Amino acid sequence: MTNRFFNFNRAAPDARSDVSFTRRLVSDCVVTVGVLALFGLIAWILPAIDAPVGPEGIPSTVSTDPSNLPYYALRSVFRMAIALFISLIFTFVYGLAAARSRRLGKILIPLLDILQSVPILGFLSATVTIWLALFPGSMMGVEAASIFAIFTSQAWNMTFAFYRSLQSEPKELDEAVRNLRLSHWQRFWVLDVPNSMIPLLWNMMMSVGGGWFFLTASEMISVNNRTYALPGIGSYVEAAAAEQQPDKIGWAILTMVIVVVAIDILVWKPLTAWAEKFRITQSESTEPKRSAVLTLIRQSHIDDLLARILRPLGQFLDWITRPLGRTGSKWGAKPSRRRAGDIVFAAIIGILVIAGTAELMISIARTTGLAELGTAFGLGSITFLRVALLTALCSIVWVPVGAIIGMNPKVSRLIQPLVQVLASFPANFIFPFVVMVFVLWNISINWGSILLMALGTQWYILFNVIAGASAIPDDLVEMTRNFHITGWMKWKTLILPAVFGSWVTGGITAAGGAWNASIVSEIVSYGHHTLVAKGLGSYIAEATAHAEGMKTIIGVTVMAIFVVAVNYLFWNPLERLAARRFNIA
Amino acid sequence: MNFNKLRKAITGDTEADTITTIDTREHKHNHRPVNPHFVDLDADNAGTVIEASHISQSFTSEKGNETTVLDDISFDLHEGEIVAILGRSGAGKSTFLRILAGLIPPSTGQVSYRDKELNGPNPGVALVFQTFALMPWLSVKDNVELGLEARGIPRAQREKMALEAIDAIGLDGFESAYPKELSGGMKQRIGIARALVLQPDALFMDEPFSALDVLTAENLRQEVLKLWNDNQSGIKSILIVTHNIEEAVQMADRVVVLGSHPGHLIAQVPVDLPRPRDKHTPEFEAMVDKLYTILTGQESQNNNENAEESSDNAPADQSTSAIQRKEAAASDAATSQTDENPQTPEDAGGANASDKQNSKDERNQDVAGKQTTDGRKTHDATQAKANEKLTAHENDTKAKNTDAGTELLPNATPGGLAGLLDVVSNYQDGVDLSDLAADLSFEVDDLFPLIDAATMLSLLTVNNGHCSITKEGDRWCHAGVLEAKQMFAQLVMDHAPLVRTIDRALHNNPDKDLRGELILDLLRSQHTDEEAQQQFDIAVTWGRYGELFDYDSDDDKLTLDDADK
Repeated sequence: MTNRFFNFNRAAPDARSDVSFTRRLVSDCVVTVGVLALFGLIAWILPAIDAPVGPEGIPSTVSTDPSNLPYYALRSVFRMAIALFISLIFTFVYGLAAARSRRLGKILIPLLDILQSVPILGFLSATVTIWLALFPGSMMGVEAASIFAIFTSQAWNMTFAFYRSLQSEPKELDEAVRNLRLSHWQRFWVLDVPNSMIPLLWNMMMSVGGGWFFLTASEMISVNNRTYALPGIGSYVEAAAAEQQPDKIGWAILTMVIVVVAIDILVWKPLTAWAEKFRITQSESTEPKRSAVLTLIRQSHIDDLLARILRPLGQFLDWITRPLGRTGSKWGAKPSRRRAGDIVFAAIIGILVIAGTAELMISIARTTGLAELGTAFGLGSITFLRVALLTALCSIVWVPVGAIIGMNPKVSRLIQPLVQVLASFPANFIFPFVVMVFVLWNISINWGSILLMALGTQWYILFNVIAGASAIPDDLVEMTRNFHITGWMKWKTLILPAVFGSWVTGGITAAGGAWNASIVSEIVSYGHHTLVAKGLGSYIAEATAHAEGMKTIIGVTVMAIFVVAVNYLFWNPLERLAARRFNIA
Repeated sequence: MNFNKLRKAITGDTEADTITTIDTREHKHNHRPVNPHFVDLDADNAGTVIEASHISQSFTSEKGNETTVLDDISFDLHEGEIVAILGRSGAGKSTFLRILAGLIPPSTGQVSYRDKELNGPNPGVALVFQTFALMPWLSVKDNVELGLEARGIPRAQREKMALEAIDAIGLDGFESAYPKELSGGMKQRIGIARALVLQPDALFMDEPFSALDVLTAENLRQEVLKLWNDNQSGIKSILIVTHNIEEAVQMADRVVVLGSHPGHLIAQVPVDLPRPRDKHTPEFEAMVDKLYTILTGQESQNNNENAEESSDNAPADQSTSAIQRKEAAASDAATSQTDENPQTPEDAGGANASDKQNSKDERNQDVAGKQTTDGRKTHDATQAKANEKLTAHENDTKAKNTDAGTELLPNATPGGLAGLLDVVSNYQDGVDLSDLAADLSFEVDDLFPLIDAATMLSLLTVNNGHCSITKEGDRWCHAGVLEAKQMFAQLVMDHAPLVRTIDRALHNNPDKDLRGELILDLLRSQHTDEEAQQQFDIAVTWGRYGELFDYDSDDDKLTLDDADK
């Protein structure tokens, strides 16, 4: 089963026959060189990863010599890749469990909502000691902590996407695989993964963007009164900022741009072009996605080779997973018995939740006092106002811009890749420059942090609105022209309603991202200037840095409550409204 | 196509349920008569592939309301026969098929395959889907191989088998293509090849040709019949769900007719026309007309009831509670009927009254006996029996006066109705439904809601599959826009109970408005959520057209139209 996925030629059966021998030879050479280079690079960085910790302990900073940047960049990319792989495994396991087990799903999905709203530092402070203890005397411990931190900034939206596509599998395909009596393993590779491939891929791209944003926090881990630094481009920027060396930050930004563009060309472009074959539409798409890299791979022999190597493995896995049983092979229990089981299950979960909440309240009361909760909620309200203002401002600016870009195919073809790259570029790399300006012009960080948060999250709104505007049907646009509907009237009757749904999607992502970004935006430092804004983000960041465990827990809990509440009370109704009233398709 | 050698490999890991399969296969090869469609069923019971007894299916909505979709259906599928399940939308044909395929567990009753009760997907069934259900990311060959792969057949062998099946259904040359590159007809060929390659005991087809254009469908139908007649495919029986009456008559040895709301067995009609069947013979046409009559019979009955009901004007202030009372009565009536229902098919088949207590085996004999008699000779007799059945059926539906199904508004728009009346008014003496369907190239599911709505509103009358326009219909047809709306308002107030109820409730409410959810809740207590929503939407459409009331979906508010205040 598995080997099917490595057969790149399937989507274009005739791609090879009309390609000349020399071109194939050249392709083979290029692909071979590429593969060798990949292995070479991995071999280069691998030994350093589990290097023993020196006598002076785990370093708290890294060298800011620009000649280190290529190596640092590689280390960061490698970390990202590992974290992404782990996220993918997590996504499959968690998503399947939530979708297949009705009862588990009732817990896992709300839990995912909460996990998504917990800021990265919350996870780090809770687990960093465990990671260090797991690999004593080795840099591997910090490495693992860092990878875990990146994982927590990547996994959740991928899991949501996978879960949603499992839930929306075409009913007839589900019936077909059950009627054909596929094993669970076969079903996973024949239906579950292919069906989710496109949304999963898009979310992986978004996840990687999110991962870059938190790279500085993940590579230079400041928790429990200590700072652990790993060689990487994120920690480089942090160190350069601390040393007040804007030129070095400039080099890092340049490196980062190259990395983001290279990943886009080498990984995402070919993958998205390849994934077109998983589209369920019954007819061919009008404008095929193209990727030079994918064409190169298709012209080479690498896929045959991979298929040959992986086929026995695939067959073996097929065989060994057979005892897991066939998909849908047993009917569920009778409804009456099931309902009884539900009640028992709900009771147990209810008791656990109540007990957990009570336990938390008691320990809060014992350590910091319940008044601390009030403080946290107060700070949360300030951050909430910031996020609200930011979402509103970004919408006012980017909705019209996005709509104009999206409705002009020529412009959008040029701009869209640019926006995509901008969205995945870690905005906090330019924070030091912005902070310099703040210090110079005496701008209060209490207002300035809004700009910092917006730098990272505004792109989601722009990106989605462009996509939405480019999907406005031509006949509607022609109608407005024919009836001379122009100016504000055109915006009111056609454009704004048409992009409403995309704006909501972008808004949810942007607002959620802004909450998480508050922990790196409300407290920023450049050299000896450390600017702290009043808010929940800085509260959590300071609590984790000073090893105030209970305060961290309070901060994280309050933030999760805010995010989940805003989603339920504000965004979800808007989403429903969008689906009901403003759905063009 | 010689699959015999590979048979052991196929049956591979499901030894338990395939031992019997192998036995019966041998049995078939030894005893199967020259004409595969007239299997001697009296001999023993081994010829029964699937046996379903007293299948009922009900769903519980999230609010805890239970709605019945299928009501006590018993049915056997025998070796060597093609059976068509015919019914209009809402009859639960596809649900029934899926229960037999073991994809949905029945609420009560059981399904056995080769005398073994099912508790999961039926191992002897391969399903062909209406919308093909192909994996878009797998090539034709990989799609066809999927079922073999699931059975753990080695690569080389399954490639060989897949190629044979692909050849057999005329797909050679397309092995490496992707489904999305192919036309609908080709896609359905893949669907058929995927099922064929498994040599199932029962090939199930769920409206397999209804997503195809007329010519492609006809072509593919012939190919399937050819495969069946060649007797090389290893398939033992075919069950086809359809709402196309001609298709049923063309393909089936036996047509099972299901009635709607809830789905129940109303007739089993043996089709013993000689093959290949010519659509233009009078016998074929007679059979088609007969099935139309069976399908419409119940509905025209229902409309009379509705008319009667409407004449006794319930006090306006009680109209909502009246719904509830009526519904309660209906569900009582439904449960009290479950005992007599299963016998209806026997009556229909012409068995005499003393046979009612017959055991299952005897029933089989009865069916088999009909099948083995010479087609032409029995044709007239069958016709007579059908008429007999029809009267029996009419009596049956009269008894069902308060059946929940009769309350339903057919899913038709005023525009569609006007179009239909325009067409029908062109025929001086009315028109046969089968001709009308052919004229409009409509299938049962397209035509019947319109016909039902028209008869419900007494714009048309239908008699034995022949419909003609009424005086009111003629007047409505030729009225101007405003007059037509006024007439329509009067008609729906007289004949459409749900519309009347909403209108009364609105008049009765001091604020002259109502929440739509209120009406939906009432409907949900009787119908599935989907059906309730549909009923509500139809009522709103009719009410809006008649300028009786309006509905604001944003506020979920029904309001009286100014014209109706």
